[in-house]
This record gives sequence, C-alpha cells and structure tokens, in this order.
Amino acid sequence: MPKDGIGASTKRREDIRFLTGNGHYTDDINLRGQTYAVFVRSQVAHGKLNKVDTSTAAGMPGVLRVFTGEDFAAVGGVPCGWQVTDKHGKVMLEPKHPVLAQGKVRYVGDAIAVVVAETEAQARDAAEAVVVDIDELPAVIDMKAAVAGGPLVHDEIGSNLCYDWGFVEENKAATDAAFETAAHVTTLELVNNRLVPNAMEPRVAVGDYERSTGQHTLYTTSQNPHVIRLLMGAFVLGIPEQKLRVVAPDVGGGFGSKIFHYVEEAFVTFAAKVVNRPVKWTAQRSESFITDAHGRDHVTKIQLAMDKDGHFLALRTDTYANMGAYLSTFAPSVPTWLHGTLMAGNYKTPLIYVNVKAVFTNTVPVDAYRGAGRPEATYQLERVIDKAARELGIDPIELRRRNFVQPNEFPYQTPVAVVYDTGNYQATMDKLIEIADLAGFDKRRAESAKHGKLRGLGVNCYIEACGIAPSHLVGQLGARAGLYESATVRVNATGGIVVMTGSHSHGQGHETAFPQVIADMIGIPADSVEIVHGDTANTPMGMGTYGSRSLAVGGSAMVKATNKIIAKAKKIAAHLLEASDADIELKDGKFSVAGTDKSVDWGSVCLAAYVPHNYPLESLEPGLEETAFYDPSNFTYPAGAYACEVEVDPDTGKVKICSFAAADDFGNIVNPMIVDGQVHGGIGQGIGQALLESAVYDENGQLLSGSYMDYAMPRADDVPFYTVDHSCQTPCTHNPLGVKGCGEAGAIGSPPAVVNAVVDALQRAGHTSVTHIDMPLSPSRVWAAMQA
Amino acid sequence: MYAFEFKRPATLAEAVTALGAEEAQALGGGQTLIPTLKQRLAAPAVLVSLNGIAEIKGICTDDAGRLCIGGGTTHAAVAKGAGAYPALAALAGGIGDPAVRNRGTIGGSLANNDPSACYPSAVLASGATIVTNTRQIAADDYFQGMFTTALEPGEIITEVRFPVPMKANYQKFVQPASRFALVGVFVAQFKDGVRVAVTGASTGGVFRWTEAERALSANFSAAAVKGLKASADDLIADIHGGADYRAHLIGVLTGRAVAAC
Amino acid sequence: MPKVTMRVNGRQVSGEVEGRTLLVQFLREGLEMTGTHVGCDTSQCGACVVHVNGAAMKSCTTFALDLEGAEVKTIEGMAAADGSLGVIQQAFQDHHGLQCGFCTPGMVMSAAALLAENPKPTEAEVRHYLEGNICRCTGYHNIVKAVMAASGQDVSAIAAE
Repeated sequence: MPKDGIGASTKRREDIRFLTGNGHYTDDINLRGQTYAVFVRSQVAHGKLNKVDTSTAAGMPGVLRVFTGEDFAAVGGVPCGWQVTDKHGKVMLEPKHPVLAQGKVRYVGDAIAVVVAETEAQARDAAEAVVVDIDELPAVIDMKAAVAGGPLVHDEIGSNLCYDWGFVEENKAATDAAFETAAHVTTLELVNNRLVPNAMEPRVAVGDYERSTGQHTLYTTSQNPHVIRLLMGAFVLGIPEQKLRVVAPDVGGGFGSKIFHYVEEAFVTFAAKVVNRPVKWTAQRSESFITDAHGRDHVTKIQLAMDKDGHFLALRTDTYANMGAYLSTFAPSVPTWLHGTLMAGNYKTPLIYVNVKAVFTNTVPVDAYRGAGRPEATYQLERVIDKAARELGIDPIELRRRNFVQPNEFPYQTPVAVVYDTGNYQATMDKLIEIADLAGFDKRRAESAKHGKLRGLGVNCYIEACGIAPSHLVGQLGARAGLYESATVRVNATGGIVVMTGSHSHGQGHETAFPQVIADMIGIPADSVEIVHGDTANTPMGMGTYGSRSLAVGGSAMVKATNKIIAKAKKIAAHLLEASDADIELKDGKFSVAGTDKSVDWGSVCLAAYVPHNYPLESLEPGLEETAFYDPSNFTYPAGAYACEVEVDPDTGKVKICSFAAADDFGNIVNPMIVDGQVHGGIGQGIGQALLESAVYDENGQLLSGSYMDYAMPRADDVPFYTVDHSCQTPCTHNPLGVKGCGEAGAIGSPPAVVNAVVDALQRAGHTSVTHIDMPLSPSRVWAAMQA
Repeated sequence: MYAFEFKRPATLAEAVTALGAEEAQALGGGQTLIPTLKQRLAAPAVLVSLNGIAEIKGICTDDAGRLCIGGGTTHAAVAKGAGAYPALAALAGGIGDPAVRNRGTIGGSLANNDPSACYPSAVLASGATIVTNTRQIAADDYFQGMFTTALEPGEIITEVRFPVPMKANYQKFVQPASRFALVGVFVAQFKDGVRVAVTGASTGGVFRWTEAERALSANFSAAAVKGLKASADDLIADIHGGADYRAHLIGVLTGRAVAAC
Repeated sequence: MPKVTMRVNGRQVSGEVEGRTLLVQFLREGLEMTGTHVGCDTSQCGACVVHVNGAAMKSCTTFALDLEGAEVKTIEGMAAADGSLGVIQQAFQDHHGLQCGFCTPGMVMSAAALLAENPKPTEAEVRHYLEGNICRCTGYHNIVKAVMAASGQDVSAIAAE
C-alpha cells in the first residue's frame, strides 16, 4: 500500500502556493483591457423606484457605460433552484428577482445601477453621481409582522408568506393527540440568530467576451461553477453551455455563501459583451455584508412530550424562517428538507410534526450557511432536551441515552422521511465522556469558583444528513437540479493520472485527499495523481461542493471512474500477460496472474493503452480514460456528541470557553488531519454563532452590524484548543468509500453545547429562573439574564 | 476614497504650512482616518501626513517628572517605552492589534477623540497636558464631546505630557467586534487626590466619574466604590449593550482598576 | 502623478501612484504581487499584513506615498530563494494551519512579527497577538499550534487532542 493512501495525514500540496503568495484567487485575475464595475445600491430597505438618472455619471471621466434595470428588462430573473410545496398542496410564492431593480427596491443593498469605467476609482466616483429617485415605503423586518398584514415586499404575489409547510402532515393529528396525554411537556421558544457567512475572500466576478467566437467566460468566486453556468446561462442570460465557460479558481472560503448565483455574476457576463471589454467587480467587505446571502434567522417554538420516565413520545415545532427580500438559489430547501427531516435527531421519537412558515422581509436574502437547516434543527432539539432534563430532574446525558436509536436498530426509519443507514450514538457519547474528562468537571468547577467564576457544562448530540443527495428523492422534494457528482479519470501514457472532478475545493483540500483514494486503489504514489477542478471547460458537469458532499459523492464518482479504469487496465494486462481477464489481480501498482509469478507493472499497461502495438484492438479501444457520474442512493448521516465547558464572569456576564470536545462518527476517514481541521473550523463558527455573531437589523431595515466594527467575528483569543476524536466509525453502507462527510458537523453540533453550558453555569449558581438565553450570548445578555 | 493631494512634510513647520491649505487634513497613523476615507465620509483636498516628522516622535521625562510623549509616537512605541508610567504603557499595548499599534499614534487618537478610544481616558485621568504647535491645553479643557476636541483647524498635537501618578490602572472591557472599549476605566491616584476617567460609555465621549473620585480620594480601595453606581443617563445604548449595562460595567471596572493598582 | 520608491522583498521598486493609493494597491496592482490580500475595509481582518521596516502593518491602511524609502516585506519574500518554505511557512503546512489560504499571507506575516519579538510565546500570547488576523476556516486551533511549533516548542501534546 502507498504510504499516502487512505488513512494517511498527508500534508496538503495546495498549501505551498497559498503559503508563498502564489494562490490564484479571482481578484488576482486582471485581463487585458479590463474595466471595473461599481454598483449603486439601495440605501433604503423598501421603496418605489421612480427614476434613475445616469446622465451626469455617464459623462464622467473614464465611464464607458451606466447600466440600470431597463437594460435588463428583457433578461430573465435570477432563478430559484428549489420549489417547496406547502401543506395545502400549493407551490411556494416565487417572485421575480431581477438582475437590477425594476420599479422597486426591497432591501438595503439591492442593486439599482452599475457604472462600468476604466478604473475602479472612476467607477466609484461616477456611481456616486447616479441620482436615484426613490419614494421610501414602510419596511417590514419582523417575520411575524410580515405575515400579519405588514407591508408587502412583493406586491404582485399578494403575500409575504412564501409557503406554509407541514411535515409530515399525516402525523399532525396523532402528534397533537400524544401531547394531550403525555406525562410531561417541555416547551421552549428560541431564536436561531441571523448570521453573515463572512468567507474571508469577498466575492469577485470577472466577465469576458470574445466577439469573434461569441464565447463568454465568467471568473467567479463560486463553490460550483457548473451550477452557475446552468442557472445563469439557461435562466438569466440565455447563453447555451457551449458558449459559456465558468471558472472558479482558488476560492477563499465559501461556507455556503458561494453556492448561489448572484446578480453580480450575471451582470459582468452581460456587460462584458455590451462594452466589449472584460468587466471586473470586487466586493468591498461592507458590500459583502449587504449582498452575500445571510444564514439561519429562524424563530421557533418547540415542544417535547414525554412519559413519566422521560421517553420521548412526540415532538412538534413551529418555525418562522426568514427568506429575506428574494428567494436565493436554494433558500426554500433550507428550513424544510434540510431542517424538518432532521428533527428526529439521534432519538426514537415516534411522532414528529414540523411547521415552517417561510417569510419575505425587506432584508438581504437568506440561504444555506454551513450546516444549513441542520444547525437550526439540532439547536432547538438539543436545547429542548436539555430543558426537559432539568424539568424532569434527569441527568441530560442519561435522558439522551434513554432515547437513542440503538446500534442494532439500523437502518432506522424516522418519522420524518429519512432512513439512517448506520450509526452508534452510545459509542460517540461514551467517547465524549472520556475525551472531555467529564468525571473531572466537579473539580474544575470548584477551581473556577475559587476565582469567582461560574463554571458550566453543556453536552449535546447531533445528527446531520450529508452527501447531498439522491437525485430522485430531491426531485420529488422540489429540487430543480440533480445532485449527483462527476469525475473523469485520465490516465496518461506514462502512468500519471489527472482527475477532473465536479467537486470544488475552497479550503477542503481535495487536491491532496482525492489522490490518496486513487493511490490506495491502484497502489501508486499519491503524487502521481493531480486534481483538476473549478473550470467548466475541463471538468465534467458536476454539482459542486456543499452539504459535506465532496468525498461522499464526488469521491464516489472518482472511485467509480477509477474502477472502470482498473477493469479496462486488467484487460490490457491480461492481453500482455496472455492470461484471462478474470485471473488478473492488481496490487501495489502491479498486475499479476493469480497463482503465478507473471506480472506487468502499472506504467507498462498505461503505455500499452496509448501505444497499442501489442494490444487487443479488435475488442478494446486504445486509451485509458473514464468518466463516471455517481448519484447516491441515500444521504449519509454523520453524528456525534459534543461537550463544552464555560466560565461565566458573574460581574460582567462575559463567557469564556474553557474547553470544547467533539466525538464524531464520520464513517471511514481518508485524511485525518484534514478531518480534524474541518471539525475545528466548524466548532469555531459554532462558537461564533453562540457567543458573538449576529446580523441585526433596525426597524427601518438598516443592518446595524454591517462591518467587523459591529459584527463580532471569532478571533484567536475567543476560542480554546479543541479536543476532537473520530475513532467511532460506522462506515456509510451505501457509498463505496464508506465515508459520511465532515464539513459541517462542527458548526451544527457546537452552538447548543455552548448555550447548554452557559445555562448550566447560571443554574448551578442559583439563577434557577434562567432556562434559556438567545444567541449570541453576549456579555450584556448574560448579565441581563442574571439580573432577572 | 476621493482623490486628494498627499503631502509628507519632514518638519513641523512645513506641516503647519501645508495644513494652511484649503480643505487640508492631517494624517497621523491613519488607522481610523483611512477607513473613514474609504467610506467617503471625509473629503480632504490635501492630506498632510505627520509620519515623516521626527521631531514629534519619542518619549522622554521633563524636569517636572512628567512623561512626555511626542504626538507622532506609535502605540507600540509607547507600550515599549513608557516604562515610567506602566499603566499607560499597558493601555497602549492593548489598543487595536499589533499591526494597528505599529502605525497608530497617540496624537492621531487624541485628535480624533473616538468615544471608544483608550487614550482619552488616560489623558483625562492623568490630568495630562496636550501640547500643540500653538499652545498647551489641559486635559479637562481638551475633550469636548464625541469626535470633538479643543483643537483648531490645522493645529497639530506635538506632545502629550503626563504627570505620573503614584498608582494607576486601566481596565478595558472590549466590545467584541471592534475590540474598542465597550467601557474603559482609568484610575489614577495622585498625592492630591484620585482621578477616574471613563471611555466607551458615554454619548459625550470620555468623562470623569466624580462620585468615584470622591470616594476613592477618601479611601483608595475597591470597597470604597463597591455599590457605587454610575448614572445611566447619556450613556451609549447599542447592540452590544444598553446604558444600564454600561453603567454597571463602569462600577465593576473601576473596582477592578483600584484592586489592580 | 507622484512617484514612490521603496524596497520590496529586497528589491528596489518604484511607480507612479495617486495620493489615495494604498500600499496594498501598489503591491497588488502596481507590482502585480497578489499574495497580499484584502479581506475587509475597516482595518480588522489582517489579510493584508506586511512588514514595513520590520514591523507588522496593515497594507490596506497605509498610503504608498507615506512609505517613501521604506523596506517592505511581503509573503512573497518569506520563502528561500530556491522556493523552499521558511520555518513558519513550513510549520503552517506541517500542522494544517490553513485551509482556503486567503487569510494565510497576513497570518504568516503576523506570526513572523510575533516570533521576532517573542521567540517562545505561550498559547495565550499567540492568541492575543493574532487578534488582528481573522481566519474563518480553521477555528485557529492549527494556526496557534503551527506558530508555537515554528517557535521550536513541542506541540505534540496539542496534537493528541
């Protein structure tokens, strides 16, 4: 076996360019003759757009053209990729989302006009000279007000209620009935705070057009260039795929926010043809805050019915989910299929009913952000269980254990549609108790008390659905796309391999981890395999990277293509060795005839494929290149148990994270170092959500936390070293690698652990009325809770 | 940013002349001004950098025993070089982050008078003197409200003279996003009494908490301010904390500052 | 337009700039050295950190013309002439201290400044020093570990976590 195959913590090859300043990000692209686009954006949350006067701006130095909504009147709107059908069988309301505002502006940041000029500074100067005449209208920010007769965000659809989803509708009556007779019901109302994803690389788009061929190229900060090509080409600009190339080079983090098709991408592609010059747009961070799709923003009431021993009988939850002003690409799926289907958690709750009202407001569109729906499900479930444990006087870990799906019960059909293929929740909990040294908590708490600090412990579980997703299933659920993945494996004549994958790396390390899989399969060094991704011109149609799907789906496609390669290579080897195909074995990069010492090495077989002098041409084509598309038969279900210890400063309410431990079951692991890193990052973001981050709008729709001056990003000194473990492994049963995905777990599992810990600290200190504090648990909120 | 002419004089005299131009503005380290310019919230025709003027940089002690810090001295230099006034050095070492401290200057901070900046509290609590190219201004006369000072247009802070207290300490409770002071309290004990200055908390900018000063002048101990509550009137209320929370923090931090002295 | 001359990674460079041209723009656009990044517009993220006369500074909050004659070092100047990684860079790779790589140049430059003034920092000192560098990918765990490893400290106990 190669030393850098599956299971090795191989150092990342991509790091060399990132560490030496040689990364190739979209903003590093400067094309010959490039021009610069600066957007004029709405400064009011809601208004009637009367007139956009571009006359002064158009005459300013360096200005090539000023675009307004009129230029896009004949162009399609930005499409939504998912259609939810509500509990009445009615499809969701789906307002048009124009590239540039037409007739109305609907959030602060809505694009009104764009100046294209020779330099960025000239474009910015001229953008300021565009005169926008707007009659400001009352804005609607609060979701409940929006559906209770508030001003309409979209007049033409007649309601701010995008959909009213019930899941599973057939369970509703039985669920309600179970609550009537339950020995104990725990109720919790909570807010899952709105977040700004904040990938450190702001979004950038560069449009290019070659008039002689009619070929468009878009360079963009995207997690899925093929999806952008399809959405923008087919639905917005009407450009066929063969005339449109989308390139997403090195991308500086995404976390979901770079999945979606944004108007700026359509704009630069369109404008490059009009001005016949490349057009570049680079977001300033303050612009990112008001244009990148936000995440979360749910207001929820959850109730858990139990028998006298704490066995879960039924669960019901009502959520208002903010869509913002327009439907972003996958927004409707987040509070429904990525949220309702996970409400069973790790537990055997026979009856579950989920209601979600998706609401339009005059705010930035909301869409998937790391975890996407699953953090919202996990947070409410794990918080209500914690509250229930306190009410029942049962240890919170014991209450969870009492309700776990047991290892012998897989595959497990939940009452919310999905079937968990495999798992072992007792094992991850046992592991957590060990790695977090929960036995030592009381001693640590006493030590904290000596320093005047209130120590608390929070524990929770999580489950997620990753490896998104079976196309036939998501199609039934409203997806307007398939969710397979693709790979082309090209073996070169001298034995080296290039894999062209539809997955996209924006920090996940595919260039290192994917070759480890092939190295393992063939028995060649990983460094003889290169990964190509991010360019529609040289990768097969693929759906990109999100939902922790790259290895589970993209990796499976690569395995499938590699198996085809191996099968063909065996035939070539059989010919060279004058043996039967069936007798050929591949091991350590060598083909041999079973039971003999006859063998031929990998390189010789590859050479024969391309120099087919001695080759079975009558039955086999020359060459060694295969493409595979992999469509999973189920989601994967990573799960685990997390623990957080905090110290609360009773004088100020400030929370310090003392320790954080995560025991995850990701199934098989290809590169443990990378997996650890993914979990660390997710925990960092989860702690950010729990303690620091919040996108806050005032009643007029101004974003009060619109820069790093007010939006608190986690810094190095806000977090501790984390203790992570992924030795509990129940391999996925339905993909060839047995992998589950690890990208989102940390962000899903960590917020409830932090909040549980803070509530625990306060409860132990005698603040028994404090059963919940909404995130972020800022010092002022925690202090206020202690005053109650 | 709007376009402007950039000047980098080598002497104070040249800087004063340059600042005499129409719509001229002085540039210290620029750690606040440059972000402001990026947002197009200021539109100077001429930007006069003070960074090339050696004569307004450096730290020394004068005959009266005051620590004298040149207006162009960076926070990092103060953190390292103000050993004669450890509380001040510690305050400077906690401003912004290392890269900001290597560029930002004491003169720039005081001229801007951000209501959440750290330095104003030290200057006010120390009863320092602001020296400009034209005059000397007592700290009690200098700070005139949020982003407002006694400086005239074109006036340059050349030096700040700090009487060194017997004991002093600064406690900063950071606003979690900006890491400016949500509330900062500087306590300085002199032979003739105690001064307590509060930054970050008030809509009027830095101020002296006279009740605490009285209590501490009579009995310099944390116990003396325990239970003493600052008034929440005119305090800042924002997404990071209400006025009542800030008022509470003023008390807590004052007690901690005294205890740390 | 005014002209500015400085040394960047030991090489004398000069170019015409506007008064409002920031150092980071001069580097990225004027000199086509795109290793230094811009991640915010409020001087907080630290993706743009370079060394000016040996001290860490935010190149997005410094005017090019204010650095006449200065000695500037950027991420492009951190590897050896033969391309091999410097000690800090190597530690970042060894300990997986980067994911998307966007904050990395600033992170490495800040780490280098830290170790220059404090060759054996504690964990708390590393975390505190890096407060002006925001990373969204790593949760900082492996960055802090890499910096401590680069200082020659044994981080194997952290590795076990």
